[in-house]
Amino acid sequence: MKITLEKPNVLPGFGLAMGFTLFYLALVVLVPLSTLFWKSATLGGGALWAAVTAPRVLASYKLTIGASLVAASLNAVFGMVVTWVLVRYRFPGRRLVDALVDFPFALPTAVAGITLTTLYAPNGWLGAPLEKLGIKAAFTPLGITLALTFIGLPFVVRTLQPVLELLDPEVEEAAASLGANRWQTILRVVLPTLFPAWLTGFAMAFARALGEYGSVVFIAGNMPMKTEITPLLIITKLEQYDYAGATAIAAVTLIFSFVLLVAINRFQSERARLGTTD
Amino acid sequence: MRRHLLILSGLVLATALTAPAAAQDLLNVSYDPTRELYEELNAAFAKHWKAKTGKDVTIQQSHGGAAKQARAVIDGLEADVITLALAYDIDAVAEAGLLAKDWQKRLPHNSSPYTSTIVFLVRKGNPKGIKDWGDLVKPGVQVITPNPKTSGGARWNYLAGWAYALKQPGGDAAKAKAFVAAIYKNVPVLDSGARGSTNTFVQRGIGDVLLAWENEAFLSIKELGPDKVDIVAPSLSILAEPPVAIVDKTVDKKKTRAVAQAYLEYLYSPEGQEIAARNYYRPRLEAVARKYAAGFPKVNLITIDEAFGGWQKAQKEHFADGGLFDQIYQPK
Repeated sequence: MKITLEKPNVLPGFGLAMGFTLFYLALVVLVPLSTLFWKSATLGGGALWAAVTAPRVLASYKLTIGASLVAASLNAVFGMVVTWVLVRYRFPGRRLVDALVDFPFALPTAVAGITLTTLYAPNGWLGAPLEKLGIKAAFTPLGITLALTFIGLPFVVRTLQPVLELLDPEVEEAAASLGANRWQTILRVVLPTLFPAWLTGFAMAFARALGEYGSVVFIAGNMPMKTEITPLLIITKLEQYDYAGATAIAAVTLIFSFVLLVAINRFQSERARLGTTD
Repeated sequence: MRRHLLILSGLVLATALTAPAAAQDLLNVSYDPTRELYEELNAAFAKHWKAKTGKDVTIQQSHGGAAKQARAVIDGLEADVITLALAYDIDAVAEAGLLAKDWQKRLPHNSSPYTSTIVFLVRKGNPKGIKDWGDLVKPGVQVITPNPKTSGGARWNYLAGWAYALKQPGGDAAKAKAFVAAIYKNVPVLDSGARGSTNTFVQRGIGDVLLAWENEAFLSIKELGPDKVDIVAPSLSILAEPPVAIVDKTVDKKKTRAVAQAYLEYLYSPEGQEIAARNYYRPRLEAVARKYAAGFPKVNLITIDEAFGGWQKAQKEHFADGGLFDQIYQPK
């Protein structure tokens, strides 16, 4: 059955609210972004293409996108587990664990970077035992992935949490009473409900990782062709007073995140249109 | 010593704050490792200016990576004077029209009141027996230096190695390129700045030798104690000339040209030179240099002008995109 609501009228008038929304978005988001494209356009076609497709830059896209994907995937899996535990179980210290999830948000990224590097360096608490096993963490793509996993965790947990809280355990019980086994309940009832939020959390963690600089630059090692992340190349260009080149590379990362976010939005609205139950 | 300075600068600040409208404000935008030097210099200059003119002056300091600092000034930070790591960074500010293009001719010695050079910092007792640039390319030696694309100091390191190879018997550009490439083959981590590299070497215990500014090397020894690291001076190195300049646009607007000029000239005075020498910068003034000669290792120093034809040229050939440094890492 469909329930119709009256038009929401909290804000004074559609026209005024919409006008403000557009103005605010333009001021905060669109103006800086258009400056970015305008600045990179000063390069001209050929130079622009050369700047964004140099071998070092290509290598950095590969590393940044790859490490961000792995980190966001790790967070998608383990963030789900963390959320499940936080929402479904009551245990002593739950509030503390809940607060800890926000820690990567609150910590200045440079502090996170230095801490992680100290920890995973060959003489660090975790780096030394890993080194004995023949695994180098700091100054390798592995270290970069670790840093990106660290900063991405809250995105997945915080987007999943409210949705999971709304998913009443009674729904699972109903499924069970209708004869579904545990797996069927998870695959057919729980996951479809969580999926949109899960995907959003994944996309946000991924987009954030693409642009992350402070927490990565210390642990990366910054070796050209090997462990240079794209944001470092942007800073490198700025250090050489090459504003146009820097904004060109920035624009490429931006377009990439944007396409990804739009694709995910489209995918979700498609799903909503078709109905979530299949 | 530091405590006295602190009290002194506190007093200077206090008098400046309570002084009548005659007090003047200067902003000195500088790079990272000059923090201690300018703390001492600013307090001394304020006293000197008060004695000479009866007027109070307060000098604000701002520190950071040299290129970042230069960009801040270009983007509108109102610096009266800039004291940066290399002429190229001040050139960039001049390029933006904030000071005269011939700024480097306005003060003696290429507008560099003090100099430094690039030396090696090795583990205590020098276990790998590193004596000169040639030892850096040996297999099994790990060299720590920042990325020259992001760090002004690292450009001096790179150029010093290049100059050494160039001056060897039969040295030419091709051999120098191969030599520098061999050094960077031994570099396991390229930090984005000089302090980052010092951390990698000292705190993380990575590498056998750190290429460092001489004043930074001395500072590390002072901070770490002499039982951790040793300084090794190579046979030949580059004369690092960190330049200073007045920002014409700002001093004309703030009417601070006279005091800014006096401030920079003070750096060349015997007192200013003594302070520089005490902070491990090599003084220009003969008398002061002789007095502190024992503190600085003897190194054959060559300038960037004679080996590379100036900063603009060196920057373009070596550090621009696709330049010689990039070619070291570019896949063949």
